[in-house]
Amino acid sequence: MTKLQNFLKGLIKENPVLVLVLGTCPTLAVSTKLSNAIGMGLAATVVLICSNMAISAMRKTITEKVRIPCYIVLIAGFVTIVSMLLQAFANSLYESLGIYLSLIVVNCIILGRAEMYANKNTVIDSAIDAAGMGLGFTLALSLMAIIREVIGSGSILGYEIPFMQDFKISILTSAPGGFFVFGCLIALVNKISKGKAIKKKDFSCANCPSAAACGKVGACERGQN
Amino acid sequence: MLKSLIIILMSSVLVNNYVLSKFLGICPFLGVSKKLDQATGMGVAVTFVMLLATAVTWPIQIYVLNRFGLEYLQTIVFILVIATLVQFVELVLKKYIPSLHKSLGVYLPLITTNCAVLGVTVNNIQDGYGFLESMVSSLGCGLGFLLAMVLFSGVRERMEKSNPPKAFEGLPITLVAAAIVSLAFYGFAGIVDKLFA
Repeated sequence: MTKLQNFLKGLIKENPVLVLVLGTCPTLAVSTKLSNAIGMGLAATVVLICSNMAISAMRKTITEKVRIPCYIVLIAGFVTIVSMLLQAFANSLYESLGIYLSLIVVNCIILGRAEMYANKNTVIDSAIDAAGMGLGFTLALSLMAIIREVIGSGSILGYEIPFMQDFKISILTSAPGGFFVFGCLIALVNKISKGKAIKKKDFSCANCPSAAACGKVGACERGQN
Repeated sequence: MLKSLIIILMSSVLVNNYVLSKFLGICPFLGVSKKLDQATGMGVAVTFVMLLATAVTWPIQIYVLNRFGLEYLQTIVFILVIATLVQFVELVLKKYIPSLHKSLGVYLPLITTNCAVLGVTVNNIQDGYGFLESMVSSLGCGLGFLLAMVLFSGVRERMEKSNPPKAFEGLPITLVAAAIVSLAFYGFAGIVDKLFA
């Protein structure tokens, strides 16, 4: 795989949100406004690039058994740095992202990439992978935010669109609309990929975002047995 | 006092439901809601961990982080404390209450990196709740999560038999169903203040 392919896979073919269905919580929560979506996407991208590089650089030092706590501490450190920077230089974004900013720590995409990619590959490859995945996340968030903001509040990036103002469907900006738009987008991805992407999206343990930290393969499917 | 506690409880169960209106804990909501018994088990485990996490993180925030001016370490400290706590509880349950471990144990590790648990602890601090209020709010969030899981597992069992368009099969139709359940909860907005006014 060339470096370019490595970068591009995160954008479309393995888009973390629309194909791998990771990081659903922030996707639904901050996609009410395009400006929030871009801010959240870029903040997560920065954290992802930093954590992927750091984890990749330390992949020979961190032992197998304590890897998850190590990853979590590293990621939490970078999240703290990013949120302090945002608070200092982009306070309005910091306020509107609120609690979801510190919840980047438990964003499945970041821990998932650490576990799936960064601990097996070189620093440069991990950085490229992280940039691709992060921008894919931003892209999917922006796409959802554009739909929800244009149709839901009749504006884009805060600027009002004259015609749409008369026909806005404000339910799209609230919680039910988030679920609905996300469902429709994934259905669209299925339609375009002719059902090829759908197979990956079954919520089995292999795709469970918490599988990395869980270590009990198949436990939740078997349930209480 | 009691009234304000009831308002906190009811509003975090119904109005600000963590799953259906704040979008926290979506992964287990979509992943473990296929069967009623699994959904209940997960819901109870989340409630339990939320209460426990709040009981530990609230004193840490007030007596350690705030006192020594270390508020910026909140994220790191909370996630580590919660992760350690969950592992510890699992060990204790396994040793001393095997029956409870059998029914909740499988869900505990999954909850470690659940955004709803970290979310509730951080939210309690941001809302400036006291210890009792924080515990009640966590209980409410946990019960709200349980309620959403149980309701949704019923919806899903009906949905298994339905026949949606091909592109909507699987996850997309589940999300659309979640939108409708969420719409039902949307109707609760404003009810709590009026109920106890």
